[in-house]
Amino acid sequence: MCVRKGLLAAGLGLAAALAAGPVGAQTPKQGGTLTYMIAADAPPSFDGHRETTFATVHAAAPFYSVLIRVPPDDPASTTEFVCDLCTGMPAPADGGKTYTFKIRQDVKWHDGSKLTAQDVLASWNSIVFPPKGITSARVSYYSMVDKIEAPDDATVVFRLKYPSTAFLPALADPFTWIYKKEILEKDPHWYEKNIMGSGPFKFVSYEIGQSIKGVRNPDYYHKRQPYLDAIEGIFAAKQSVRVDAIRGDRAAIEFRGMPPSARDQLVKEAGDKITVQDSDWNCGNIVTPNHKKKPFDDVRVRRALALAIDQWKGAPALSKIAIVRTVGGIVFPGSPLAATKEELQAMTGYGPDIEKARAEARRLLKEAGAEGLKFELTNRNVDQPYKFVGTWLIGEWKKIGLDVEQKVVPTGPWFQAMRTGDFDVVVDANCQSIVNPALDTGKYLPQSAYAESFGGYDDPKSIELYNKMLHETDPKLQREAMRAYEKHTLDTMVHAVVTPYWYRIVQYQSYVKGWKISPSHYLNQDLANIWLDR
Amino acid sequence: MYRYIIKRLLLAIPTLAGAAALVFVLMRAIPGDVCVIRLGSGGAHVDPASVEACRLKLGLNDPLIVQFFDFLWNYLTFNFGTSMWSGQPVAREIAVRLPVSLEIALMASVIAILIAIPLGTISALKENTWLDHVVRMVAIAGIATPSFWLGIMSLVLVLDITYLATGKPWMPPIDYVPLWQDPIRNLSVVLLPAITVGYRYSAVTMRMTRSAMLEVLREDYIRTARAKGLLEQIIINRHALKNALLPVVTLIGIEFAFLIGGLVVTEQVFNLNGIGRLLVLAVQNQDNTLTQALVMLVVAIFVLTNLVVDLLYAWLDPRIRFS
Repeated sequence: MCVRKGLLAAGLGLAAALAAGPVGAQTPKQGGTLTYMIAADAPPSFDGHRETTFATVHAAAPFYSVLIRVPPDDPASTTEFVCDLCTGMPAPADGGKTYTFKIRQDVKWHDGSKLTAQDVLASWNSIVFPPKGITSARVSYYSMVDKIEAPDDATVVFRLKYPSTAFLPALADPFTWIYKKEILEKDPHWYEKNIMGSGPFKFVSYEIGQSIKGVRNPDYYHKRQPYLDAIEGIFAAKQSVRVDAIRGDRAAIEFRGMPPSARDQLVKEAGDKITVQDSDWNCGNIVTPNHKKKPFDDVRVRRALALAIDQWKGAPALSKIAIVRTVGGIVFPGSPLAATKEELQAMTGYGPDIEKARAEARRLLKEAGAEGLKFELTNRNVDQPYKFVGTWLIGEWKKIGLDVEQKVVPTGPWFQAMRTGDFDVVVDANCQSIVNPALDTGKYLPQSAYAESFGGYDDPKSIELYNKMLHETDPKLQREAMRAYEKHTLDTMVHAVVTPYWYRIVQYQSYVKGWKISPSHYLNQDLANIWLDR
Repeated sequence: MYRYIIKRLLLAIPTLAGAAALVFVLMRAIPGDVCVIRLGSGGAHVDPASVEACRLKLGLNDPLIVQFFDFLWNYLTFNFGTSMWSGQPVAREIAVRLPVSLEIALMASVIAILIAIPLGTISALKENTWLDHVVRMVAIAGIATPSFWLGIMSLVLVLDITYLATGKPWMPPIDYVPLWQDPIRNLSVVLLPAITVGYRYSAVTMRMTRSAMLEVLREDYIRTARAKGLLEQIIINRHALKNALLPVVTLIGIEFAFLIGGLVVTEQVFNLNGIGRLLVLAVQNQDNTLTQALVMLVVAIFVLTNLVVDLLYAWLDPRIRFS
């Protein structure tokens, strides 16, 4: 991650990168209204437990508290978590199976009543053990949780079935907002259309499909925060609107991220009035061959697909036009569990000698009787980065004599094609919030073990390797187990090809201070630490 | 006349029913459904049980024929349902957006009429003069230029001009405020899109006015009027223009109705929360309930506009009688 201030750049219009001073070094100023763009149309609902879209988070996270979270002043950390509603991060007890959280006693709901551990318990029970008729989108993240208890109004205890390194990151998931027990009990669907939390801002109004407004919560428990008097989020799915709005100062920031062209345009036009932060993104596209269709049932053909792609040369070239940049394996590159460059280069599709790899690919295709293979690459009708990645892949495959046609379809039919196995090869995506490799890599399991895996293969060995990694708590041994699972997935069986990870570029008016980029657009969005230096 | 209006309104029922059946079938022909999109478009894990629960709740697992008759019965009882995407009543979703689209459509129509009818008439009267050539050039440019491109360019131009003039780029607000709440802010939001749309609209109308006027000016009754020694102004205004306006009014009616639901790209370029943008969103999200309601709304607007146009015919040409 780096923080840069844009400068007018001659010719290319690209900003020279300058390291800005540490944000924390300045004293935050109180006051002002932050207007920010939400890069989406209206969210389906405001219920964080139910939804998966960032539009819900960007619209409603400032109104809620969570139990724990990534550090707001260092959200790029992939291993550190801090308390929001608790008073201190607990040491695991009972061999790593019990976590006891003490809840702050100075927290008030926006209606003035006191927040207690019973509210935390009710919210987490609704997330982990949703009652019939209630949707909890991430219920599978908490399969290690046995039960949750609140022995008194200041204590919440999580008891696990088995110790797991995936638990704390899952607990810091940005959708796990704490709701008021009384409201949940009266109407579990209330939070879908209404907002009432204990976060840094109080909800004021929502103009359907247009904007959402909030004002400073004077009773916020993190003292002095929030610094802003008010916030207004404006929904705008179209990129040109967001770029113009930031340039014309109708909005100060958009948190999701824009492509390099938008960054260059803004920096060229607004110079040092614009600040840019960028970071690797815990999202990526995965090329998934349909193992149930010939000839993709043949590992030699799948290996040829991987060998043809020049990841090391392609990633930097693509990064100039698309929101991708870093070559990685199945684990987010910023994580301690991620493969090093040397480890990657030892696997199929990551070798340093592309000519040698392509010669091997041609040989494998010939051996498999698939020379000049013609197939369809199903892709999602989203420009960044899906169509860019798809077009690049086709160019790479052409170099080994493959004839590939890109079939671009809207989101609904794209999902449907994957779910029904109606594709040859598909550009799938794996986009996560908290960096939680033990859970994030479940995507590479067979469908029998992970419903959203679309390769159509059955592979007991893969499940065995994954479970070994998942249940390992020693960091060194877990890393080794992850390498074994990764090698099996990408090298031995070539179940999928991981394309370069997405790259998050956020540009904003330089008077916005305090916000730091994270590896996910879902994280660090309560806006409590943002202030304006006008 | 009242009998004629009632007859026309009754004739609208089969049109609406046909549109309803068509949109019902087409929406269900698209692979996938709203539940998968809502729970999966973030790219993270989707719990299959959640998808199934969502489908059950929305009645997507019911047989198609049951869904269709539910839909028809609900419309007969003026129950337009709730959006499958947002859970909000469809009537509320539309009520929020309709004033935006209506205001743009009305402003664009006024702009178009104010520009097109005088210029089209002058162009016809001054046929093959430099004035005619200039007007025709402006009209053809208007037809050839896509509104969305013009919209983007106009915004960039405003930003650049204000930057050069003041050192600080300025653009109109991007959040709509109703006219009665803050007229200045409202006009600064809608003026640029209305001009952008109105230009293309006026270009088409201008061409139609010119050709209709040229045709009428060659009619025998115009020659007779001139032979009688009538003032040219009376001939143009009372005899030529009124008759030439028949096809122009038809065109204005069609364009107006189209603008209510057809400003998809312009609404996106200016971030206007209108009916066109909502319709695209509803189709993208496979929100069947909302899409059906919006299509029905657009069809109803077309039917009503056509009726109004037909009524205007009688005012413009007294020979036309309703039967």
